Amino acid sequence: MKHGFIDRYSDRNSFMHRLDPRTKFVTTLLFILVVALTPPNSWLAFALYLALIATLLLASTVPIGYVLKRSLVIIPFVVMIAIFVPFFKEGEVAGSYNVWLWQVSVTYSGLQVLTNIIIKAWLSILSLIWLSSTTKLPHLLHGLEQLRMPRVMVMILSFMYRYLFILVDETMRMKQARDSRNFGGGRLWQIRTIGNMVGTLFIRSYERGERVYAAMAARGFDGQTRTLNHLNFRPVDAYFGISCGLILILISLFSLS
Amino acid sequence: MDEVIRVDNLSFSYPDGQSALADLCLTVRQGETVALIGPNGAGKSTLLLHLNGILRSNGVVRIFGRQVDDKNLRWVRSKVGLVFQDPDDQLFSPTVFDDVAFGPINMGYSEVEVRESVTRALNWVGMAGYELRSPHHLSIGERKRIAIATVLSMSPEILLLDEPTGNLDPRSKWSLTSLLKRLPMTKIVAAHDLELVRALCPRTIVLDHGQVIADGATSHILADVSLLAAHGLAPAKTS
Repeated sequence: MKHGFIDRYSDRNSFMHRLDPRTKFVTTLLFILVVALTPPNSWLAFALYLALIATLLLASTVPIGYVLKRSLVIIPFVVMIAIFVPFFKEGEVAGSYNVWLWQVSVTYSGLQVLTNIIIKAWLSILSLIWLSSTTKLPHLLHGLEQLRMPRVMVMILSFMYRYLFILVDETMRMKQARDSRNFGGGRLWQIRTIGNMVGTLFIRSYERGERVYAAMAARGFDGQTRTLNHLNFRPVDAYFGISCGLILILISLFSLS
Repeated sequence: MDEVIRVDNLSFSYPDGQSALADLCLTVRQGETVALIGPNGAGKSTLLLHLNGILRSNGVVRIFGRQVDDKNLRWVRSKVGLVFQDPDDQLFSPTVFDDVAFGPINMGYSEVEVRESVTRALNWVGMAGYELRSPHHLSIGERKRIAIATVLSMSPEILLLDEPTGNLDPRSKWSLTSLLKRLPMTKIVAAHDLELVRALCPRTIVLDHGQVIADGATSHILADVSLLAAHGLAPAKTS
């Protein structure tokens, strides 16, 4: 079955794609940190961050339509978390409405928090999209490993990358098998069926885990993780990392002053 | 040393009490290609798991005359390569290279040796140039070949294959069969596919209820229709 892949477009060849994954990872992390720490209402700073990430994205030759579409996934999460903030935050009232028995009021400072969260989340997701569409996930994992991320966590992530799609396939097959037997009935019955499917999926994954472990043991795996490293950090990575870092620091200093 | 595998009275039950192997005896000689046939649940896969020490019960499996135990597991696994039925279980790394290199790296080869053995193994299965691909982008036939390469890269002297042609279309099946024919090591092939057995293995062992039912020349055993029918390997006679 066909899926969109996490690291789509990462097999292109541009300056951004050729950078060392570690450079890109650290830059992304720094970008997110700086954006998160920027005080609210620093509109110019936000605009400059956007300009920076837009430049990086344009230079990476990833289609802009794809980036924008993908960046929308963050919106439901943000809205779910932050939608009630304008109603509860104290401050100057922007508008007041009567909803049935309650009087609901929206405050300016609450709205400010909401827009802030949305802007920061969106900028952060853009930088992550830049990272994931210019870096193949296996390379990123190698990079994380060399940045001294615990090997066990790197392995867990690499298993996730490998088996995510197999699990999705398995779910789709189960869904097709269910639908082909005319899934209907009452709401309660449907929920029960879905519960059974989740349970089956869990047991199947667990058993697959056992078989994968057997396959690892059969090739001499003894709990020690070993790897060959073949990443090279070139001068251009240093230039890129340092200039991105400088730009970010300048913007944030500027917004603080 | 002509006898490469010797199993004396091997019994095994799974933790839920289900008996899988009962007093099984078996010897395999250097360079033989042996088919292991039998109905589902006969114990074929369980037997293969014993032969490279994934499962160990009462220590009666001998490889090159040495008992398989906790101390020589690494040596056993470098000698005996096991190819699993589902390549998705065998290929767990983000790239083909990582997967084929997994065994050699665990064996402590140097980086140069690892690269050499990966290249050699991929050439052997006709998949050179696939090093940087992700296993989930490959077809099932390609994944089967890579799964075999992951074991060949460790240069085993005995190759165990569980249903090597399961889920393959006829063309992939026959090209895989001719690939397996070219591999010089001792092979044990667990299969349901009697066409494959006939084409690949001179000797056949019939397994049912965890015991050896018959052991002999393939032509002889596959001609015995009543034996095959009795163990679910041929249609039951209708008279």
